[in-house]
Amino acid sequence: MAIRTEGAVISTSTPAVELEGITKRFPGVVANRDISLSVQQGHVHAVVGENGAGKSTLMKILYGMQRPDEGEIRVTGKPVTFKSPADAIAMGIGMVHQHFMLADNLTVLENVILGSEPRAGGIAIDFGAARRKIRQISDSYGLGIDPDTTVEDLGVGARQRVEILKVLYRGARILILDEPTAVLVPQEVDELFENLRGLVREGLTIIFISHKLDEVLSVANAITVIRRGTTVAEVNPGDVTARQLAELMVGSELPSPETRESTVTETVALSVRNLTVRSADGRPLVEGVGFDIHRGEVLGIAGVEGNGQAELVEAVMGMRSSEGEIRLGEEDISAWPTLRRREAGIGYIPEDRHRHGLLLEAPLWENRILGHQTQRPNVKGPWIDRAGARKDTRRIVEEYDVRTPGIDVDAAALSGGNQQKLIVGREMSGNPVFLIASHPTRGVDVGAQAAIWDHLRAARAAGLAVLLISADLDELIGLSDTLKVILRGRLVADVDPLTVTPEQLGSAMTGAGEAA
Amino acid sequence: MSSTEPTFADRLLGRVKLGGLLSLAAPILAVVFAGLITSIVLLITGDPPLETLGVMVDYGVQPRSMVLALNLASGYYLSALAVAIGFRMNLFNIGVDGQYRLAALIAAAVGGAITLPGPLHVAAIILVAVLVGAGWASIAALLKVRRGVSEVISTIMLNAIATALGSWLLNKDRLAVEVAGSNNIGTKPLGPSGQVPGIPLIPGTPLKVDGLIILAAVMGVLYYVVLNRTRFGFDLRATGRSEPAAVASGVNVKRMVLIAMVLSGAVAGLAGMPNLLGESYSYSLNFPPGLGFIGIAIALLGRNNPVGIAFGALLWAFLDTSSNILQLHEISPEIVQIMQGTIVLSVIIAYELVHRYQISAGQRRVSKELTGGTQVQAEGASA
Repeated sequence: MAIRTEGAVISTSTPAVELEGITKRFPGVVANRDISLSVQQGHVHAVVGENGAGKSTLMKILYGMQRPDEGEIRVTGKPVTFKSPADAIAMGIGMVHQHFMLADNLTVLENVILGSEPRAGGIAIDFGAARRKIRQISDSYGLGIDPDTTVEDLGVGARQRVEILKVLYRGARILILDEPTAVLVPQEVDELFENLRGLVREGLTIIFISHKLDEVLSVANAITVIRRGTTVAEVNPGDVTARQLAELMVGSELPSPETRESTVTETVALSVRNLTVRSADGRPLVEGVGFDIHRGEVLGIAGVEGNGQAELVEAVMGMRSSEGEIRLGEEDISAWPTLRRREAGIGYIPEDRHRHGLLLEAPLWENRILGHQTQRPNVKGPWIDRAGARKDTRRIVEEYDVRTPGIDVDAAALSGGNQQKLIVGREMSGNPVFLIASHPTRGVDVGAQAAIWDHLRAARAAGLAVLLISADLDELIGLSDTLKVILRGRLVADVDPLTVTPEQLGSAMTGAGEAA
Repeated sequence: MSSTEPTFADRLLGRVKLGGLLSLAAPILAVVFAGLITSIVLLITGDPPLETLGVMVDYGVQPRSMVLALNLASGYYLSALAVAIGFRMNLFNIGVDGQYRLAALIAAAVGGAITLPGPLHVAAIILVAVLVGAGWASIAALLKVRRGVSEVISTIMLNAIATALGSWLLNKDRLAVEVAGSNNIGTKPLGPSGQVPGIPLIPGTPLKVDGLIILAAVMGVLYYVVLNRTRFGFDLRATGRSEPAAVASGVNVKRMVLIAMVLSGAVAGLAGMPNLLGESYSYSLNFPPGLGFIGIAIALLGRNNPVGIAFGALLWAFLDTSSNILQLHEISPEIVQIMQGTIVLSVIIAYELVHRYQISAGQRRVSKELTGGTQVQAEGASA
């Protein structure tokens, strides 16, 4: 992945978008303060910053979802005021959201025209015209989208291209992409970047929001760093390393995920034999998987997402029925329900914290109870021990540095990183013997990431066995004592985290060749 | 986060709390608004709004009317609690209506057929009602757990079946006898040992308040304690807030669905008891219908909060009772139903408005608290 700053960039003297002195005092935890941003036409301009740094607020302002208290927005030199996204769209600004907004059971064509249907004779929808226009956009930007496939048949990468097409269809010349790679696997990321390069070649301008710095460095023509709600630096991707960029984002030196001194013991904490998980129609999603995790060991599972990792984790948690044997220490827990497994000392940091890890509309102290509702200090017999749970929540907030005004705040009010720290603290409580950490630092800012790594390392040193699933290869290589590769539901390779490079691991994940 | 923000349904069912005075502002606003709408309707029909409302209030606060309202409210309250149990975990038990009618009919028949010493007789009747209500609800629960049938559909159908079953049972060949001095039929009246004495709560009228109003109050306290202070209640609320999170935390969701639905049915079985044991002593063709549906409205009005439901039930009963006077003034008593309907609708709208206000106020507060302490330094290192 070479850095592309030159190439067929159409550069004019007037920036496509200029923001000057943008200040927003409300709403959100971090307001924007005196933000300046200048995006050249035909550039991929990356805006990077930690979660909660104010990137999203800024983009909402640019897309007309919120109005700034102070400051000026200029589009191709003209000052504009956006009252709603409709105004922004009219000025040629489009936004591709992080969460896809597509109706699965409709075709691409129907999804794209939804809300801006071309009319024939005033009433009927002119599908023919729409189809032609979609084909033409798809061809000219190399998106490779067939207007007549149903969205549910499309992969994640293709869905994202549909979202981009939707925005282009409405005439956007300036695209805002909000964390577009968060949902993609590495190959899809590469495809997306190819598409983005194609778009800028045609003279479009892209504002790319991300906190994945390697990706930013490989695709962006210019980078603006936001920290605590204000722009702190504007850098050229050729002049900085990912590390320097990360340090600009957090404003301090960075830790790394390295853990080298081995703490692996001889005692097996969890042993899995011949585990098979089937889908509802009997297809194996996980097949014949077996491994041992010792006390003090982190076992990493690498794999392109959707190769059975989620199912494996749910089977170990007892949330999904499976065949095979799972032993926790000496005991066969294969037939145990989830609750009993948790009581026996399995901690679980779920992949999707909003769905599986938190009650968003419940206060923090009630979230402390979740998953531990049969254990002290949360309960006394059948009764909830409010005082105990609240006291322990305060301890977690303190020890794990959860930034919150108090423990009666709803979990939804916290930023992603702080929610995750709360979950990590909760799952580390009550002396677990085995921890499942599924994407423990996904969508978490660099500061919280370092803190979570520290906690995992400390727990490992204290004898915790950890099953680590992650899409972040550096995290996997850096934290794992043992590393296995999962492909189509099977463990296909063992790699040595001491010697493997991310590139080798990446090719093992796709089954391209043998690693190390 | 957009995908996980509370939905309108969450707010509708009171799973999103409102804090402090705002939680009071919404229902008061709603009642005032409903009063306005009713006044407009009254103006259109050519009746003087203020006088009509005045007449209703005058009549409603008379001791006799107050007793009648309290008696109505006891049943309404129990019915709304039954609905609220389901709502708290995302179950829509529309079948409270069928459950309480069937429960009351069979409990009345059993109670009329047996004779036991005082409290035991009453306890037996209540027990039968609870079992029948729970049993009827368990059909819907099992269908949902085993076959994935939506409880909304199954309970609506079970209501219709309960009606048919009820009229088949309430026949002189089966459970019914002729009510003395009328062409009405009903179950054999309960003996004195099966009757719950009234309480002379309100002076100035010989009418007494149903003794089972105490049962309603106890159930309200029990509802609060079980839901908010026990592990079981926590599991139930967690399941209602987020089923996947509950599963991951080790809650057996199917079992919770079963238990919650059966509990809801059991409480529904109680809804007919204040009337049966305190006033009518027999399940006849005149037994008050529709409590189950009123319960849904009141649970929405009270946002599943036991105190809120109590106010809702009292308001509803007050309006019902005071509507009796309207006919004397040649005003259609149906005006009260319009009022009740607008109250429910405007409560929903008012909560939505207050909720939006609260969200923005809350965000402002959190950001103030977080940024207030640590003064952000100006790092103008724009290279």
